[in-house]
Amino acid sequence: MQDVAIVSFVQSDCVRHAGAQNEVELIMPVVQAALKEAGLSSVQDVDFTCSGSCDYQQGAAFAFVAGVDALGAVPPIKESHVEMDAAWALYESWLKIQMGQAESALIYGFGKSSPGQLSNVLSLQLDPYYLAPLGVDTISLAAMQARSLLESGEVSEADLAEVVVNSRANAKNNPHAQLSGDFTVEQLLAEPETVSPLRKHDCCPISDGAAAMIICTVDKAKAMDKPYALIKGIDHRIETHHVTLRDLSRSPSVEIAAEKAGVHDAPVDVAEIYAPFSHQEIIVKRALGLDNSVAINPSGGVLAGHLFMASGLSRVGEVAKRIIAGEYKRGVAHATSGPCLQQNMITVLEGM
Amino acid sequence: MAELAAVVGIGQTKYQTQRSDVSIAGLVREAAMNALNDAALFWDDIDAVILGKAPDMFEGVVMPELYLTDALGCNGKPMIRVHTAGSVGGSTAIVAASHVQSGVFKRVLTVTFEKQSESNAMWALSNPQPFSPHLNAGAGGYFAPIIREYIRRSNAPSDAGIKVAVKDRIHALKNPLAHLQLPDISAEMVEASPMLWDPLRFLESCPSSDGACAMVIAHEDLVNQSPGKPAWIQGAAMRSEPTMYAGREQVSPHAGRDCAKDVYAQAGITDPRKDFDCAEVYVPFSWYEPMWLENLGFAEPGKGWELTMSGATSLDEGGDIPWNCSGGVLSSNAIGASGMIRFAEAARQVRGSAEDHQVEGAKKALGHAYGGGAQFYAMWVVGAEKH
Repeated sequence: MQDVAIVSFVQSDCVRHAGAQNEVELIMPVVQAALKEAGLSSVQDVDFTCSGSCDYQQGAAFAFVAGVDALGAVPPIKESHVEMDAAWALYESWLKIQMGQAESALIYGFGKSSPGQLSNVLSLQLDPYYLAPLGVDTISLAAMQARSLLESGEVSEADLAEVVVNSRANAKNNPHAQLSGDFTVEQLLAEPETVSPLRKHDCCPISDGAAAMIICTVDKAKAMDKPYALIKGIDHRIETHHVTLRDLSRSPSVEIAAEKAGVHDAPVDVAEIYAPFSHQEIIVKRALGLDNSVAINPSGGVLAGHLFMASGLSRVGEVAKRIIAGEYKRGVAHATSGPCLQQNMITVLEGM
Repeated sequence: MAELAAVVGIGQTKYQTQRSDVSIAGLVREAAMNALNDAALFWDDIDAVILGKAPDMFEGVVMPELYLTDALGCNGKPMIRVHTAGSVGGSTAIVAASHVQSGVFKRVLTVTFEKQSESNAMWALSNPQPFSPHLNAGAGGYFAPIIREYIRRSNAPSDAGIKVAVKDRIHALKNPLAHLQLPDISAEMVEASPMLWDPLRFLESCPSSDGACAMVIAHEDLVNQSPGKPAWIQGAAMRSEPTMYAGREQVSPHAGRDCAKDVYAQAGITDPRKDFDCAEVYVPFSWYEPMWLENLGFAEPGKGWELTMSGATSLDEGGDIPWNCSGGVLSSNAIGASGMIRFAEAARQVRGSAEDHQVEGAKKALGHAYGGGAQFYAMWVVGAEKH
């Protein structure tokens, strides 16, 4: 497989309510900024465009259709959409470059979670015959997973709080973060449990916003004369949907994807993990085989701001940005979908 | 450069108003198993699954790929879910093909479905959108004014739509999987059916179906491992345009013309009417046949209806360029699958496996899908030969 270059990445601020802004108004600023950062003038300058979003967030069928109106797709463009996190839109675009049908691509993801109750909406992801009727929401399922991790005896509640302490502290340097600040483990453990064993701070906030990225072949990136990061490997895997059939304290799909993407081929010094719940960061970090020398979620991760449907793409972008800035040499980005980390994508990035 | 890929297995379900005998998982598994059986393969032979369907609101399951992974033998494998409005069946096939053409995968399973009886498509298409005026019209109400504009421009006779409605239902009688089986179909019967959205009558509109369609797409190296003839993917293209922009041409959309031009160039098509032996084109409302005949370059602008009226697109009348020999979307419409059914039926023709609705000696066929308010297009050209 050929290396693919990430030449720009832009994310909006994570805000709890984007007010009356519609999809077009959320998408347009990040797409324009991403094109500009890559030195491109319009969507006509890329060969392929792909996005990720979820109709149910806005409660409207075809939410992504309006998204196309944000692009300036006249004359018409080569465009596709996944009803998944935009990290999978990156994957589809990466395939197009591998097959030689595109030399460059624009990827964007957007989500406006504020109109509904996200944790309830996502309970409709469950098997509609056997699980959805139980009405188990996302937080309750995650709490079951956290409980199984704690009961393994290898992780304590203080470890969960430690994840949040680090996220909030790292997020102080992320202007797009929704939650940041200085906390101690003791302070956090003094907070009441909301859905045992999870406390409010163990759960990601709900955010509105969008993110956009430009990728291209290495030749094209060189011709652009812009700094870039390289996608060295990318792979995604899914597990059984039935949470009761899984060992929730592990993530075999992350393990397979990490192996296939080549995480272990060389040392890693940074990782952005898409963990909407604090304990999931620990599960993914262990499945990736990362030790404590690796910087985890320097952006604060999704505990600091959660652009549902764009957060996976943002993890890739956050690693790429830091590699381009020279802060790190080789990084891993993780994206997830589904209840209790059912589906996972791993991307390995290096410098130019 | 892209690797060569071919369709080596096709599986469909029977299309009908309600498949109350199976769950959603049972429905997709039935199509997938049929495709695997056709390709003489097992679940372990598949490297990845590419799933497509139209809006999640049609069944009320958010991102159903998560729930369907078990039914599709995907645990531990990559699963991707495509959604590009009504064109999704075609787009999904194209995304699946790119998994193989990129050289990343050797053999993939692609599945699309809709179980429309779980919900009400009219509702799901027309629920109020935030920040937009509420258009409680459904698809027919959206397209009817565009059709009227076509009739005005082309001076088409008022019965051109009726001709298509009859022709595709006669085709459906040769396809046991088709939803509508109307042995008594006639122009009089269509004309007497209730007017829904002038000029579209009830029998000029597609049904609402439950059903699924699946294909196995393999790399050139593995094609011989399946017994049937392969359908070689000679070209594939997608195009999108915005819903709203000044000067948007809705009768013969720019995106459709560009998409056709792209896929024809890839497959070396210069005269579509001559170069293709048949086509499976997304015609959910009768009048879209003459409109797409023009948009896709089978007829000069304003002349599509003449081709339709002459019987050129009819298998039954021995036309030179039969369209929708399977009965088309007018006879079966499981929305998320409808585009893939077009792609798969085109592949069946060049594989010589279309049974009673086979176009004799078909070597090259077009599969076409469109969606949204006709902003989204996906097309592929399949052939009995590699190029």
